[in-house]
Amino acid sequence: MISRAYQHPLNGSRMPPGETLLDVSGITLRFGGITALDDVSFRVTQGHVHAVIGPNGAGKSSLLNCLSGLYRPQQGSATLHTRAEGSSTTTSDLVRMKPHRIAALGVARSFQNIELFRHLTVLDNLMLGRHVHMRHRLLASLAWYGPARRQEIEHRELVEEVIDLLQIQAVRHTPVGALAYGFQKRVELGRALCLQPALLLLDEPMAGMNAEEKEDMARYILDVHELAGVTVMLIEHDMNVVMDISNRVSVLDFGALIADGSPAEVSSDPEVVKAYLGEELSE
Amino acid sequence: MTEFFQLTLFGLSNGAILALAALGFVLIYKATGVINFAQGHFLLIGAYVFYAAMLVFGFHWSLAILAGIAVAIALGVLVERFVLRPMIGEDAIAVIMVTIGLSSMLGGGVQFFFGTSPKETPKFLPAGSLDLAGATIPYSRLAAIVIAAVVLTAFTLFFTRSRHGIAMRAVADDQQASLTIGISVRKVFALAWALAAVTAVIGGILLADLTGVSANLAGFGLVVFPVVILGGLDSVPGTIVGGVIIGLLAQYSAGYIGSGFEQIVPFIVLIAILMVRPYGLFGQTRIERV
Repeated sequence: MISRAYQHPLNGSRMPPGETLLDVSGITLRFGGITALDDVSFRVTQGHVHAVIGPNGAGKSSLLNCLSGLYRPQQGSATLHTRAEGSSTTTSDLVRMKPHRIAALGVARSFQNIELFRHLTVLDNLMLGRHVHMRHRLLASLAWYGPARRQEIEHRELVEEVIDLLQIQAVRHTPVGALAYGFQKRVELGRALCLQPALLLLDEPMAGMNAEEKEDMARYILDVHELAGVTVMLIEHDMNVVMDISNRVSVLDFGALIADGSPAEVSSDPEVVKAYLGEELSE
Repeated sequence: MTEFFQLTLFGLSNGAILALAALGFVLIYKATGVINFAQGHFLLIGAYVFYAAMLVFGFHWSLAILAGIAVAIALGVLVERFVLRPMIGEDAIAVIMVTIGLSSMLGGGVQFFFGTSPKETPKFLPAGSLDLAGATIPYSRLAAIVIAAVVLTAFTLFFTRSRHGIAMRAVADDQQASLTIGISVRKVFALAWALAAVTAVIGGILLADLTGVSANLAGFGLVVFPVVILGGLDSVPGTIVGGVIIGLLAQYSAGYIGSGFEQIVPFIVLIAILMVRPYGLFGQTRIERV
């Protein structure tokens, strides 16, 4: 089934498919008097595409921000299971870690409103995705001698494979700020992939796209999932897309988890229908 | 013609040193968004530390330079940690005021330890001079240009090519995204301040040899502002072009208009640039529609 000739695995997790990768437990996040997330718990399974859906303001992006360390929830935990080669599982609570440490564990993400380095080229943006994997010290970097250079070449190989996977060869050397929106979204996905993520968080990867662009993006996400075996957690508004590509769906409404299950279960759940369509006024 | 040669050489060497100090200013502005009014005083610190290490403690000049660089790194990191980090999220004007306060502290500290009288000049650049078409070209000035050019090239390459340099540019572009790809923004801030102090201190060490060690160096350091305004606050190549232009203009005005004008002309340029092209020659144009 896997037919691609790429040398570098993009999946950074060694957890066996089917086991729990991320265990979100009782996350509560308040901004002053507003409760953005209210005791949210669910599990993300290794090898799944896990969608988080919900109406605007339901707390989906806040949840992602908690997982990548940009927000600090008042209560709860988000336990990431990782496994080093040939050893047993170790767990880390993302809620108590600094953002750059979380990235070093392999949690990569994209943003709803593209957050790329606009003044750098596509290549530089993707190479920055390799940042956590580059090990040479500051002095070597200042002097630009042996190890720094060798490493750069190895990383470049992986970056080229990502460029190939996402079909952005033609814009390699273009500053990102000059690219069309659809390309920028793809570059952002690429930068996250270059981390060799254990868990890929995508915040509305198809927002603001037309039908054709959405289809393309859905195909890239499926490639990343099926060919590269990366576990994906994504927020999306387009129900057709969500039902098509996800294995499991969690539904948030006003900060609370109202449903969690397979796409078929969730779409027939009366609570979910109510949250999306509203309730009929009883006579 | 003779005078022209002489003025050009002095202008170029001063300009190269200004470019070094300005490079540090731009590094800090780009990476952290802080306008550092104490940048000129880092020159002063460099000159005095070098003087103290070489002539008070009797180090060899090469060790004295290393001492200067070590002090610069420590100073940069400490200033970032204890002066600027508590100011994160504060109003830009408040941050500027803090750096102005910092410059007074640095200037005052130097006078507190070393007194107000000029010091003996620590000489380490080659002495002697070369006769060229009747002009006297001191070797020390040539050496200063070469050293400054090497340091500027090294830093430009570091900034555009190396992993840490690109991480600094990434932080300048988007802090949130930098965090989520595993860059420690705190470390980058500390690195920016340390490198900025190092470039200025190297400039100060060169100045110590060329012009002597006195509180007047802080006045020379002030000319960093015309340089960065001319070159563009956020442009690395702009510092080099701006430094050379301001250095040459100052010397030519001293030579052809009259002594003392070199103090005024850079600031006339500053005002003119602010009126005509406020983002400088190479700076990023920011147009906000209101």
